[in-house]
Amino acid sequence: MKDQTAAAMPAAAIPRAINWNRIQDDKDLEVWNRLTVNFWLPEKVPLSNDVQSWATLTDDERALTIRVFTGLTLLDTIQNTVGAPALLPDAQTPHEEAVLTNIAFMEAVHARSYSSIFSTLCSTKEVDDAFRWSEENPHLQAKSRLILQEYNATADPLKRKIASVFLESFLFYSGFYLPMYWSSHAKLTNTADLIRLIIRDEAIHGYYIGYKFQRATERLPEAERAALKDFAFALMFDLYDIEAQYTAELYDDLGLTEDVKAFLHYNANKALQNLGYEALFPAPACEVNPAILAALSPDSENHDFFSGSGSSYVIGKAVATEDDDWDF
Amino acid sequence: MAGLVFYSSASGNTARLVAALGLPAKRIPIRPDDVMPAPLRPFVLICPTYADGEGRGAVPKQVIRFLNDPARRALLRGVIAAGNRNFGVTFARSGDVIATKCNVPVLYRFELAGTETDVARMRAGLDEFWRAECSTMV
Repeated sequence: MKDQTAAAMPAAAIPRAINWNRIQDDKDLEVWNRLTVNFWLPEKVPLSNDVQSWATLTDDERALTIRVFTGLTLLDTIQNTVGAPALLPDAQTPHEEAVLTNIAFMEAVHARSYSSIFSTLCSTKEVDDAFRWSEENPHLQAKSRLILQEYNATADPLKRKIASVFLESFLFYSGFYLPMYWSSHAKLTNTADLIRLIIRDEAIHGYYIGYKFQRATERLPEAERAALKDFAFALMFDLYDIEAQYTAELYDDLGLTEDVKAFLHYNANKALQNLGYEALFPAPACEVNPAILAALSPDSENHDFFSGSGSSYVIGKAVATEDDDWDF
Repeated sequence: MAGLVFYSSASGNTARLVAALGLPAKRIPIRPDDVMPAPLRPFVLICPTYADGEGRGAVPKQVIRFLNDPARRALLRGVIAAGNRNFGVTFARSGDVIATKCNVPVLYRFELAGTETDVARMRAGLDEFWRAECSTMV
């Protein structure tokens, strides 16, 4: 490395220590706190309790599950080594940089988790075959390349954020469907617990990167905002095309393709919402199998007043509310 | 018809939902120094969720500050909670916390900025809810 004296460096390049007591954007601290409190490692989940359940799956179901998890591993690897680090140069605050490095590391934890599942449940040969498959599968490779192209150093930093939100909030879901499906059939329930931890993290990542995107676009002239929106919807269409083919190839044999696609539409709309955009897929296309929704958020079944099941709605237990309870 | 009060952080999801509802609504400010709305009639609160993995911190601090005032709290009739199903058991947890604390029903839950279906259900549900409220108040 070249030796530089402080005097020769431009003012902007002065090395600065991060001061967490001077926050420019409250979201940075809020998300940092969320992510760090939610930190976990795969060792926390008793995956070995799924060994018996794994044995009840057919050969084809096992092969599908390993392939799906290998595909997810690839996305996490990309986000860990390229996606999140690629956002660093465009960070607006030092705290945003810190959050992004947390995101990058957790993606490494996610990628590592799938290997924990493999080593607990699968034979080395099965896993090696699946990794080979992931390198040769045209759809998996196509979506990876499309995203990596936007992560490229020469790409527009805002387009990079769009691609990153689509990876975090959309592309994972063709894969996440399967463990939720097994869980809804009382299979691989510990594996599903681990996947839920990943889903929770990815939701915060997509939310945060989408938020930073919205803040950055606020300052742009209308024409540039419109161009970015066109780009986002076009990229979503392209990715969706690939996802639809990937989904059919994986899930046709189980007869689940249409069910998975409804889940894709639903998540594509949520990804667009993270960027501040309206839905792309109409409501009838987004009717996710209730068993999958229940697997996503167990114990939180709707007993809302408005949701039609009024009689089953239960008012909260009355708690004497002292004003002190609300102090903070 | 009574009112709506809502909180939306800088990400603006809840604010977009409220805009889509097209009903008059007062916003709880993001900054602690800004003036809180002072509703004079009964209202429904629309509130996002910021819970961690254990469900802590679900209700935004500014919403706690708003409800910490007994006069404002006395006018609260129900809560609509926003969240994300990806947070599992803590999905829309702020609604449960407020419902329990203030002894009001959770009227509805939605994700992020809601969908067209959510907006239609909330409009119809609120309409019916206020009519029922009025008939019991007279």
